[in-house]
Amino acid sequence: MLLNRKWLHEDFVDLSHVSDKEFVEVMTVAGQKVEGYERLDQQIRNVVVGKVLSITRHTNSDHMWICQVDVGREEPVQIVTGAQNVHQGDLVPTALHNSYLPGGVHITKGKLRGEASYGMLCSFAELGLTQNDVPDAYADGIWILNDEDCKPGDDINAVIGNDDTVVDFEITNNRPDCYSIIGLAREAAAAFGLPMRHHEPVVHGSDAGSMYEMLDVEVPAVDLCNRYSSRMVKNVKIGPSPKWLRQRLRANGVRPINNIVDITNYVMLEYGQPMHAFDYRYVGSGKIVVREAVAGETLTTLDGNVRTLAPGMLVIADEGKPIGLAGIMGGENSAILGDTTTVVFESANFNGTSIRKTALALGMRTESSGKFEKNLDPMMTVPAVQRACELVELLGCGDVMDGIIDIVNFIPAPKTLPLEPEKINALLGTQISEEEMVGYLRRLEIEVEGRTIHVPSFRPDLNLMADIAEEVGRMYGYNQIPVTYFKNSTQGGYSPFMTFESKAGQLCRSLGYSEIITYSFVSPTIFDQIRLPAGSPLRNALKIQNPLGEDTSIMRTTVLPSMLDILSRNNAYHNKCVKLYEIGKVYLPEEGQPLPQEPKMLVLGTYGDNATFFSLKGQLEAVFAGLRVKKARYTAVHDDPSYHPGRCAKVTIDGVDVGVIGQIHPLVAESYGLDMDVYCAEINFTRLFDLRLPEVTYTPLPKYPAVTRDISLVCDEAVTVAQVEDVVAASAGKLLRSVKLFDIYRGAGVPEGKKSMAFSLELRADDRTLTDAESENALSKAVTALAEQLGALRR
Amino acid sequence: MKEQLEQIRQSALAALDAADTLAALEELRVKLLGKKGELTAVLKMMGKLSPEERPVMGQLANSVRADIEAELERRKAALNAAALERKLASEAIDVTIPGDAVELGHQHPMNQVLQQVKDIFVGLGYTVVDGPEVELADYNFTRLNIEEGHPSRDRSDTFYFDDNDAVLLRTQTSSMQIRFMEEHKPPFCMLAPGRVFRKDEADATHSPMFHQIEGLVVDEHITMGDLKGALIAIMQAIYGQDAQTRFRPHHFPFTEPSCEMDMQCHKCHGTGEVDGGVCPTCHGEGWIELLGAGMVHPTVLANCGIDPEKWSGFAFGMGLERMAMGRLKINDLRLIFDNNIKFLEQF
Repeated sequence: MLLNRKWLHEDFVDLSHVSDKEFVEVMTVAGQKVEGYERLDQQIRNVVVGKVLSITRHTNSDHMWICQVDVGREEPVQIVTGAQNVHQGDLVPTALHNSYLPGGVHITKGKLRGEASYGMLCSFAELGLTQNDVPDAYADGIWILNDEDCKPGDDINAVIGNDDTVVDFEITNNRPDCYSIIGLAREAAAAFGLPMRHHEPVVHGSDAGSMYEMLDVEVPAVDLCNRYSSRMVKNVKIGPSPKWLRQRLRANGVRPINNIVDITNYVMLEYGQPMHAFDYRYVGSGKIVVREAVAGETLTTLDGNVRTLAPGMLVIADEGKPIGLAGIMGGENSAILGDTTTVVFESANFNGTSIRKTALALGMRTESSGKFEKNLDPMMTVPAVQRACELVELLGCGDVMDGIIDIVNFIPAPKTLPLEPEKINALLGTQISEEEMVGYLRRLEIEVEGRTIHVPSFRPDLNLMADIAEEVGRMYGYNQIPVTYFKNSTQGGYSPFMTFESKAGQLCRSLGYSEIITYSFVSPTIFDQIRLPAGSPLRNALKIQNPLGEDTSIMRTTVLPSMLDILSRNNAYHNKCVKLYEIGKVYLPEEGQPLPQEPKMLVLGTYGDNATFFSLKGQLEAVFAGLRVKKARYTAVHDDPSYHPGRCAKVTIDGVDVGVIGQIHPLVAESYGLDMDVYCAEINFTRLFDLRLPEVTYTPLPKYPAVTRDISLVCDEAVTVAQVEDVVAASAGKLLRSVKLFDIYRGAGVPEGKKSMAFSLELRADDRTLTDAESENALSKAVTALAEQLGALRR
Repeated sequence: MKEQLEQIRQSALAALDAADTLAALEELRVKLLGKKGELTAVLKMMGKLSPEERPVMGQLANSVRADIEAELERRKAALNAAALERKLASEAIDVTIPGDAVELGHQHPMNQVLQQVKDIFVGLGYTVVDGPEVELADYNFTRLNIEEGHPSRDRSDTFYFDDNDAVLLRTQTSSMQIRFMEEHKPPFCMLAPGRVFRKDEADATHSPMFHQIEGLVVDEHITMGDLKGALIAIMQAIYGQDAQTRFRPHHFPFTEPSCEMDMQCHKCHGTGEVDGGVCPTCHGEGWIELLGAGMVHPTVLANCGIDPEKWSGFAFGMGLERMAMGRLKINDLRLIFDNNIKFLEQF
């Protein structure tokens, strides 16, 4: 919401002694946050009114003129111009040497065909104005200021009305009253503790007759239109508005059009009440009907677009057809034109939600709909239409007819609240006296009688003690409220799961993996990209009904595609060696539940120099060890379509499936533009948390030495290390402490189709040193079992 | 004989002095002191001396032996030291050669900042909680006093999963206020960081997914002064003790009174100007918005079964991205979700 300070000073509360910086600061800390402000004269500098003393032809040019211009100094300045509409005695905008025009244009002295020119005479366009701003000016030449109230040497900014500051306020949703100059003036007066001047519109009337004989208004859409107020003006003379009105509109970013339209816009700015003016000629049968649109009905709005309407949308219609889209935009068919002679002013209060939905559905948010959306004060319609009629009389552009049509469907009942100073002080932590509180409220034009607060109709946001406390607090000053420190008896902390998660992150980083953060929503094409089978339950993903785009339209059920996407991006950035991890949620719909399960997943992904299946597996095992989870088992998986069929394992702990590790299937890698070996591990982190080891207690250190015995086996290629480990563990007896692979060999000495594997067995007893016989016995039991169960023979 | 001994002493000392290897020393030791050595040979002749001469000569011989042995040891030590020196010299390395690389991974900068913030709150007695991101409109809006038809509920702002606009992606961590109050009785101090989602196209300052940190304190007799005290203490812990802050009124449906907290711009120190131009950090405002806060709305307390006559509290919410970007001087939000390792490795 824009506010030009001059309007504020001239009409409501004189704060002209307050600097822009102070004004902005005080308003912001009192509750009306300023987004920014601009001095309007910043763009134009060193441009003054000049009087053309003489004008002669340039001797070297057939179109240029040499002017001697009085710019209010002792000596006139010489300026060469190419314009043809300048005459001796004319007042003209004169850009002096070293002056600036809008758009950063810098004017300096120079020579034109040999003649010195100490500046430039300006057109209105060169001063940032349009024909709408200066309707009487000649467009194709210098702007002649003879009719303006100015003299040589005056700053042109004062002539244009640029001696002003426009302040942009961020208005919060609960304060629709502040979408108006009056509302902001009230806040400014309160913030500075100064009285505000009020103006009650006065309409003198005319002998143009009564509007009741010409117009009938019906409002069948009772729920969507709280109030409809209307007055009429006859003998309208359409023309430009006076300069003061145009300048106020322009300062607030509104383009002047003609007196009647300008009046509606002016009232909208001043009161915050959107208004509309209809040309009575096009109100069929002199009847206005405020109703819901009929399906398929169309209306060409003022912007020239044909709108197809639907039930639920509120229209202003005459007897037969819509002539306006209520609260949003008028219809082209009833617009004010140059020859309009009779005008119907509409000042209505429409249902905010309905206006918002219609504007949204039609994609046409306007100044007017933006205001209605906030639910305006229905008590404002009559003063606003009165003000419009007052302005008509002031501008002398028509005869206001007798009568006012005012259809009232809903006005909120007047509200009172108790003034509870003790409770207010208890909430704020202050010791403000009751008198002070009353003073603050009255500044805001909230009436207080004894301990009863009469909530004004323009403050629907005040409903309970806390609301009053906020008003008192902000007038007292939030920054004056004493700072206190409450004593809390609560003990802070992280949940065990959060600690576990934090630990996992540290472990991953210590292993060289960097953390990534990826979007929770993904594209539905990811399932095909990771070759997920048609029937996979992971394809059952939550679908966003109104996504930003297809590629962020479903909630991920797997973190693998997010990781592959980031690996792919890093590859595109020519990052050679990449190790990444993420701990993030997946969203798994649950039958019969409104909300999905949101387990967390740990995903590791890597490619580059040292990345192999076994490097990743070793790192994953280190993470598991650091997290103190129970021992994981790895079982070959050949049919996970996202992974290499020969390089993928399922990870289980205590028989619980916790995830998968492997090389990404080359077809999947290719679909992400990755032409190297890529390795990933996906671990259900939430499940992993439940598989932690119990708290560790001390185990006495061994007193007796361990015996290490190595065995070398020859077996079929198909025999796995895990099989050998299992058989040894099951057969070697209690003395066995560990089995470790230390070599795999194929080649000379080992038959085709076979391999040799060498293991180191550690044997130990807690209560004695083992004899050779004992360790030999354990070893031979293992060797026998290996031969019997796996056909693995000792070399 | 005396001359002989003196002769031996002198020649021995000279020879020892000239010996420049341990082997040469050993050779000399045998030659001088060995069983067949020169000194031994002379000593063997002691028997031929008169009883008066014998102790004199004996003393002299011992002194010669002692001198030779001492010199032998001295030379040995010197040669050993020289040998060690040569060895060490030969073992010298270029210590400026880089160490064997151990690549550490990097925590995402956002989570680095988040971790710091969380730790500060935990130290102040806050319990950190997590909650669902796919959320019911009831928790995200209704029970936070955000009525039907409120613009933030629009489909242009909020992502929905069903036709009734009942299930959505949470737009604010404030939903955790309701969830927490449902399950906990006051007094409590809660902190709920997490992902939130709004329908904004990704650009330098917007992302459809971002992070908020929500805080909620409910106890008896909590005042707005307490809100100020807590938030000033926390912000000074995050931004330094000299951080200047201010509070200004604002509006949130679920707090009343509501406020926003600003920090004086560290770049221009509140003047709004740097080198005669508009401060690029605060855009001339002199202040940087930190967070939104307020006293918990009585209706919200009541919605969660907490008696607003007995309990009061404050809540606050801040954007993690804004905080992290400000602290780390990251100028484009898209970098955060781009996850380029060259970016991650900077932190």
